[in-house]
Amino acid sequence: MSAHDNIHDNGLLRFMTCGSVDDGKSTLIGRLLFDTKSILADTLTQIEKTSTKRGMDAVDLSLLTDGLQAEREQGITIDVAYRYFSTGTRKYIIADAPGHEQYTRNMVTAASTANLAIILIDARKGVLTQTRRHSFLAHLVNIPHIVVAVNKMDLIDYDQARFDAIVADYQAFIAKMGLFADGRDIQFIPMSALNGDNIVDRSESMPWYTGTTLLELLEKAPAAHTGHAEPFRFPVQFVCRPQDSANPELHDYRGFMGTVESGSVKVGDLLTALPNGRESRVKAVHLGGEAIAEGITEQAITILLEDEIDISRGDMLVKSGEVPAQKKEIDAMLCWLSETPLSPARTYLIRHTTRTSKAKLTGIAYKLDVNSQEQVEASQLVMNDIARVGFKLAQPLFADPYSQNRATGAFIVIDESNNNTVGAGMIL
Amino acid sequence: MTNKNLSHLDWLEAEAIHIMREVAGQCERSVLLFSGGKDSICMLRVAEKAFRPGRFPFPLMHIDTGHNYKEVTDFRDKRAAELGERLIVRSVEDSMKRGTVVLKTPDESRNKHQSVTLLEALAEFEFDCAIGGARRDEEKARAKERVMSFRDEFGQWDPKNQRPELWNLYNARTHKGENIRAFPISNWTEMDVWQYIEREQLELPSIYFSHVRPIVRRGGAIVPVTEITPARPGEEIVDLRVRFRTVGDITCTAPVESDADTIEKIVLETATTTITERGATRLDDQTSDASMEQRKKEGYF
Repeated sequence: MSAHDNIHDNGLLRFMTCGSVDDGKSTLIGRLLFDTKSILADTLTQIEKTSTKRGMDAVDLSLLTDGLQAEREQGITIDVAYRYFSTGTRKYIIADAPGHEQYTRNMVTAASTANLAIILIDARKGVLTQTRRHSFLAHLVNIPHIVVAVNKMDLIDYDQARFDAIVADYQAFIAKMGLFADGRDIQFIPMSALNGDNIVDRSESMPWYTGTTLLELLEKAPAAHTGHAEPFRFPVQFVCRPQDSANPELHDYRGFMGTVESGSVKVGDLLTALPNGRESRVKAVHLGGEAIAEGITEQAITILLEDEIDISRGDMLVKSGEVPAQKKEIDAMLCWLSETPLSPARTYLIRHTTRTSKAKLTGIAYKLDVNSQEQVEASQLVMNDIARVGFKLAQPLFADPYSQNRATGAFIVIDESNNNTVGAGMIL
Repeated sequence: MTNKNLSHLDWLEAEAIHIMREVAGQCERSVLLFSGGKDSICMLRVAEKAFRPGRFPFPLMHIDTGHNYKEVTDFRDKRAAELGERLIVRSVEDSMKRGTVVLKTPDESRNKHQSVTLLEALAEFEFDCAIGGARRDEEKARAKERVMSFRDEFGQWDPKNQRPELWNLYNARTHKGENIRAFPISNWTEMDVWQYIEREQLELPSIYFSHVRPIVRRGGAIVPVTEITPARPGEEIVDLRVRFRTVGDITCTAPVESDADTIEKIVLETATTTITERGATRLDDQTSDASMEQRKKEGYF
């Protein structure tokens, strides 16, 4: 038996952790890595040394997620860091984003690729402003699975009544704010990251808790974006035309290369090419040079069509009968990421799937207070602001509402002067 | 629908293909860095899956310190020829002749000076993107590295001024003189790399497999005895059964003791090892906690 036979079955899950250092977030990540034996001896020795140097008795697992030199000097984490571990049945990518108010942009960035969010609550403090902020952002970026981790149970004597009260508080809060109202999967776990209660091993101190441990929950969470069938969306990344080949069979070869962003495609399916609207049937689907019967979501494939249609990067192949809206004006939630404020006068670039278009702001409907979700009037946006805005575009986008399709509902805003990514948008 | 999830290797491969195709779609002149090492061997397989039956939309390039194992450079040349792709080799020794690389002492490692030669080669060919095989699990400074990492016209990496990366919308835009370093296998771990090599049955340079080699033990590390790295006075040379977990400049890559002579055995050994890849094998990262970060700021991969 080779070592990977027991690893690949359950795929890969990307999740994020929301909380501040005070909630024990770094300790939780350290604990997951430690208890799944993902930390090797030399790394452990290094953090043992640092822990001793800082005068601590036990190994500080939070040091495992320590960041870059400059940040270490400041003693805080200021960006998204990615960590990896594997349980033998599933591989995990953790996006570790900080919980500070001024770093909304990092949380949105981490959330954009996560299929599950762990929202940390300090059991001593209950639902705080930052809990509300994290929950709102997880809702906004449409993370399908939410775990509310009530941490530091050891500091409240593993009190069930206190845990139940926090759960009730949280449920009242999301009901009031209309968060996760779409029947999204939300789970609550009482834990102590410091002692390892209910992380990987079941807690002996909380016999009253009969639910799953965090790791059991992670192992079961569906890795795909959604559980239901979605329309086929295939933004063309690259067109393969190997004309110079010595092989005459390849002279007419035209392969449309891209990633299946949602849905699936089979040989014989009738597709429509956007924007030109022409139709053709699928002659073949290739994956890594091999013909396959069906291409599914997240696969990077090549599609060959029966007819010769002019298609280039930035176009989209969809199934006829499931054609998305072509939009030259969009209404969107926008998170501003740049230190330079959004200027209503300037022209920006919008990248949506593989398509790029010039774009101009048409208006800011309102800004949202990330803590209270209150709508505030705004004439400009600065870093970490989230607002409902309108853009008009030079080229049409083939878009679905973000709430229905993360891949065809998302876009980034680029400042052409320095090519920075300055905004993250979600089409309404 | 729910049962149609990709295996973790399929997912990682699909992501890497997506990233390479983004580079091809967005950049005018890109290059794939190929050293003959295991990570870049995986990248070549990903590139085949991304672009065949077409040719690669980029040449291959190696920055050669002149201090590489012959088994690896021979393999590099052979693999490029088999693929029928163009291989560019630029050498640190040429930069030394030009006077752009000045060693502090004749026996100083040339490894960190690769940055200079790399930047010179990027300028020579006007490459706007270099695709590299770095992984985030290798080192702390890499854990926060972007998939598309922006470098200014001096090739510098500024950890505080990196473009946010959201969804799978990568921004590889540059102005003239600036460049992007693209890392398609950012999310792979050492284990993933070995599993992929096993699954795809990729050929590797022989020194990745267990073999007997003269070594000395120096400060806890196994140092191979070569013309470039002779034993120091008083050190005892012994023959040891070893393999390389990572392959690079001779002066800074150490082998590990191992009997693993097949990929299957290496996968098993990787699953049970207690030392990180760099901890075991890199002689240059141990100088300080932050030395990788320092090198990256200066233009290193």
